[in-house]
Amino acid sequence: MARNLVTATINGDEVEFTCSTEQTLLDVLREDLHMMGTKNGCGSGDCGACTVILNGRPVNACLVLGVELDGANIETIEGMAKGNELHPLQQKFLDHAALQCGICTPGILLMAKALLEKNPDPTESEVRFGLAGNLCRCTGYDKIVRAVLDAAVEMRASKS
Amino acid sequence: MVDLRYESPETIEVAVALLAAEGQMARVFAGGTDLLVQMKEELVEPALLVDIKKISETRLIAIDPDQVRIGAAVTGAELGENEQLKAMWPGVVEAVELIGSAQVQGRATIGGNLCNASPAADSVPALIAAEARAVIAGPDGIREVPVGEFLTGPGQTSLGLGEFVTSITLPKPPEHGGDAYLRFIPRTEMDIAVVGAGLSVVLNPDGTCAAARLALGAVAPTARLVEAASEIMVGNKLDDTVLEALSAAASETCSPIDDKRGTIEFRTKVAGVLACRVAKIAWRRAENN
Repeated sequence: MARNLVTATINGDEVEFTCSTEQTLLDVLREDLHMMGTKNGCGSGDCGACTVILNGRPVNACLVLGVELDGANIETIEGMAKGNELHPLQQKFLDHAALQCGICTPGILLMAKALLEKNPDPTESEVRFGLAGNLCRCTGYDKIVRAVLDAAVEMRASKS
Repeated sequence: MVDLRYESPETIEVAVALLAAEGQMARVFAGGTDLLVQMKEELVEPALLVDIKKISETRLIAIDPDQVRIGAAVTGAELGENEQLKAMWPGVVEAVELIGSAQVQGRATIGGNLCNASPAADSVPALIAAEARAVIAGPDGIREVPVGEFLTGPGQTSLGLGEFVTSITLPKPPEHGGDAYLRFIPRTEMDIAVVGAGLSVVLNPDGTCAAARLALGAVAPTARLVEAASEIMVGNKLDDTVLEALSAAASETCSPIDDKRGTIEFRTKVAGVLACRVAKIAWRRAENN
C-alpha cells in the first residue's frame, strides 16, 4: 500500500508521519500518533466530536485526509491547556458542569475557541448556531452554552 | 481492494492529464465533505484522488470589471468572509453558507456542491438564478456551461473524460439588481433542503421589474428554472396579483418525490410559499442597489 510522507505542525511541534491515502487526519491522530483526545463519533462530519483547528479554521478531522496535510498547522485538544493552566473555556466547562460523559467535549471546546476568536462577544443565539455542528447526547446544550458565554466574558476582560 | 493513490497537481494541464489517464477510477478531491463520506459508505471506490486545491485558479475569488470568478475549491467560510462578493451576490453567498456546520463550511467548496449534483444542493438554485456558468477544463481546453445545463440528473453532470470544474463565473450584478436564497428545513440548522428557492431580480428606474429569474431546488431530479416567473414579474411591481401568480408558477414547476423530509404535496406547496418570500427579499435588495 502506498505510504505518503507528511510533515505538519501539531500544537506547535513539527511532526513527521507516514499515512496511506485512505487515512483521515482523525485516523492519523489516534492510530499513528496516539493522540486520543480527538474523539471518533460518526465519521461522516455530522457530530463534530473530532473537531480540530486546521490552518486557523475548525474542521472535522474525519473529513480531512492525512496526505493533504504537508505543511499544515493543526491544533488539537492536547494543545489547548498551557501545561497545568487550563484554557478559560476548559475552566468554565468545569465551573458550569458543562460535560458529563465527555466524548463531545474536546470537539466543542475547539469549536468554541474558534468561534470566540472570530466573534469575541457572541449572543446566545450565535453560540448555539456556531455549535450546531457539535452534537452532545447527555449534558444538554444549556450548560455548554452558558459556559461558552461566561468564558467569552472572561476572555474579553483579560484582553482589555 | 484498490490501492488508492493521491496526486496534488499545481496546474490545470497536469490535473486534466491525470484525470484523463485514470478515467472512471479517478475522483476530483477538494473539500472532501461529500466524497470522503461516499468513499466510507463504499458508494464510490476510486483508484486515484486528484486534489485540485494546489491549482491557484481553483482557490481565488476575482472581481473582474465584467464578471466575478469564484475558484471551484473556494470554501463556504471563505465566501462568507468576502464582503465585496457578499455585497454583489448576497443570495449566492447565503446559499453556500447554509451548507453544513461551521466545520463543514471550513472545507466544503462551491465547486464540490455543484459537482456532487445533489437535487437539494443549496448553492445551485441561487447560481441558476444568478446566471452562473461553470468553467470546465479538459483535454480539449476550456469550455463554459450555464449551471442549469451542467447538471443532468441526481449525481450526474455533463463532465466528460478528463474534465473538471476550475471555477464558477457570475455576471457583474446589474444596477438595481438583487438576489436571495431561502430554503425550508424541518429544523433550524444542519439539514438538507426540503425546498430551496433562489431568485434574482433587476428593477427599472420606475420600480417595476426589468428582469427576473427564479430557480427551485429539491423539487425535481435537478434544480429547475421557473420559466414563467420572468413573464409574470417583468413590467410589474411586486403586488399581490404578481405574488399569487409567482406562487402558482413555482408550484406548477415541481415534480418532487416523497421522502422522510417532505411529501410531494408539502414540497409543492412550500415551493410557492418560498418563491414569494425570496422574491420580497431580492426585491428589497434590488431597491437598495
